[in-house]
Amino acid sequence: MAAADTLRNLPTAAELRELRFEIEEFNTEYAQLLDEGDLYDWPAFFTDDGFYRITGRENVDEGLPIGLIYCDGMGMLIDRTRAIVKTTMHAPRYLRHYNSNVQVLGVGDGGEIEARSNYLVVETLMEDETRIFQAGRYDDIFARTDGALKLKKRDCIYDSLIIPNALIYPV
Amino acid sequence: MSKNNNGAAEFSWPNSDLTRIPDWVYTSDEIYDQEQERIFRGPTWSYVGFEAEIPNPGDFRRSYVGSVPVIFTRAKDDTIHVLENRCAHRGAEFCRELKGNNPEFMCPYHQWLYNLKGDLIAVPFRRGIKGQGGMPKDFKLEENGLRKLMVASRGGVVFASFDPDVGSLEDYMSPEILTDFDATFNGRKLEILGYWRNRQRGNWKLYHENLKDPYHATLLHTYLVTFGLMVAGQKSAMLADPTGRHGVMASAMGDQDKEVVAASAAEMKKFETDYKLEDGRVVSYRPEAESPWSVTMMTVWPNFIVQRELNTLGVRQIVPRGPGAYDMYWTMFGYEDDDADMRDRRLCQANLMGPAGYLGAEDHEAIAFVQDGVERSVPGSGVVMMDSDVEGTSSSLISESAIRAMYRHYCGVMEL
Repeated sequence: MAAADTLRNLPTAAELRELRFEIEEFNTEYAQLLDEGDLYDWPAFFTDDGFYRITGRENVDEGLPIGLIYCDGMGMLIDRTRAIVKTTMHAPRYLRHYNSNVQVLGVGDGGEIEARSNYLVVETLMEDETRIFQAGRYDDIFARTDGALKLKKRDCIYDSLIIPNALIYPV
Repeated sequence: MSKNNNGAAEFSWPNSDLTRIPDWVYTSDEIYDQEQERIFRGPTWSYVGFEAEIPNPGDFRRSYVGSVPVIFTRAKDDTIHVLENRCAHRGAEFCRELKGNNPEFMCPYHQWLYNLKGDLIAVPFRRGIKGQGGMPKDFKLEENGLRKLMVASRGGVVFASFDPDVGSLEDYMSPEILTDFDATFNGRKLEILGYWRNRQRGNWKLYHENLKDPYHATLLHTYLVTFGLMVAGQKSAMLADPTGRHGVMASAMGDQDKEVVAASAAEMKKFETDYKLEDGRVVSYRPEAESPWSVTMMTVWPNFIVQRELNTLGVRQIVPRGPGAYDMYWTMFGYEDDDADMRDRRLCQANLMGPAGYLGAEDHEAIAFVQDGVERSVPGSGVVMMDSDVEGTSSSLISESAIRAMYRHYCGVMEL
């Protein structure tokens, strides 16, 4: 979505507050699901053509396309979920997701909402101290499906360039 | 392990046929320090980066040789240099940017100035002020530059060595390894697709062992089996160079013996057959390399891995961080002339690899488990007896012969 489009459709202050609140509610449910919910419900936060990527800030700064997790469409979101649940060998862990500083950047001609927020993921491995696993930002584009917000794109861009050991779950 | 009269630890291998690996190779600080000196700063070639990462004069990137921070640069005359990232004055690690472009390097502490080849070109107040202070008269700039490493480049891949007598990169790699190296670095211009970094709990050698251990592939990585990427009956090979230090693990898709597949499934407790992918792009191979293999994992001792897993290409650099940890720097790439379909495959298939990869993440988890075990349990040794009649290249995947060959080389260098 080009910056010019989004600026042209900048909502009023009241609409902006409403949208921001709606996105905060969305992100709260999203974090709740990843913290304690059934991972099989994760793909439902996205549109059928939804795009999800986790990538380091050094890649975004250089305009490089790679993703640590790279899901282009619902099929790949479902496949990633299944692989985590069914095949991936990993040490047990708890993860907790914190989301804040939601900004609505604009609304596109098709009604898509461009937004950004910060996230923090805290990881607890059994018998180890809790540690910050990842700090970053979500660069999002939301669309409405039957009135409900869905992610058309979520780019998770992390500042903490060095992943501690391995990343198993989506952020 | 015991102490001799000088207080230095003595290390002796549990047996001569190398079917056991003692825990202390993964845990001892003294062994680690000797490895840095004899292996990483010895007569070996270490990967530092790609020429494509420093395309213009003045470009530089940070990198490592063993645990030592280095910078690799492109000078004004287009030559490539690898320099220790340590100011010749007070030892400051002066270059802090991951990458950049500058006409020269200045240490910020006292503004000592170096050119892109590492020569010291200026020392502020070298003559003092009004005849007082300053450097002694016989101080020579040309004797006080940055430490310069030997540099070799092949197919756009840059290697460095601390040892001036290291010999050629080609002799070092051996013809067996060069064949696979050249299949990937075949002269087409490389395009960087991005970077991953992870800090791994585990000794650096465990990563080499993992890629010389075809036995684990179908057992740890149930994804491979579940989604039909690799099975024990597939055409495969585990190659080692004559010294045993380098290796290539290779397999070819779609060339498998159905009876062996069925027999393998019975051996594997986690085998499940009723899953299929919703989106096949992650595992669909479009043949491209001049190679009989659809998957090759190449290890070049001591710090370099080339991964050609279907159409996803990447290299990995091992940066040791003490006996119990290492950093892994992954550089994912394609070729400048890739079409849109191929580029999409490289990005989608990258899901297989890296610190979040369907396969990559499991290796990292398993290696951390081994490090926990050897550090915390009653001191002992690991067992590598599979295929014990063979050392080095093996025709069987149910084999640990390449691990034993690596330790034959290692024991020679380390005088163990």
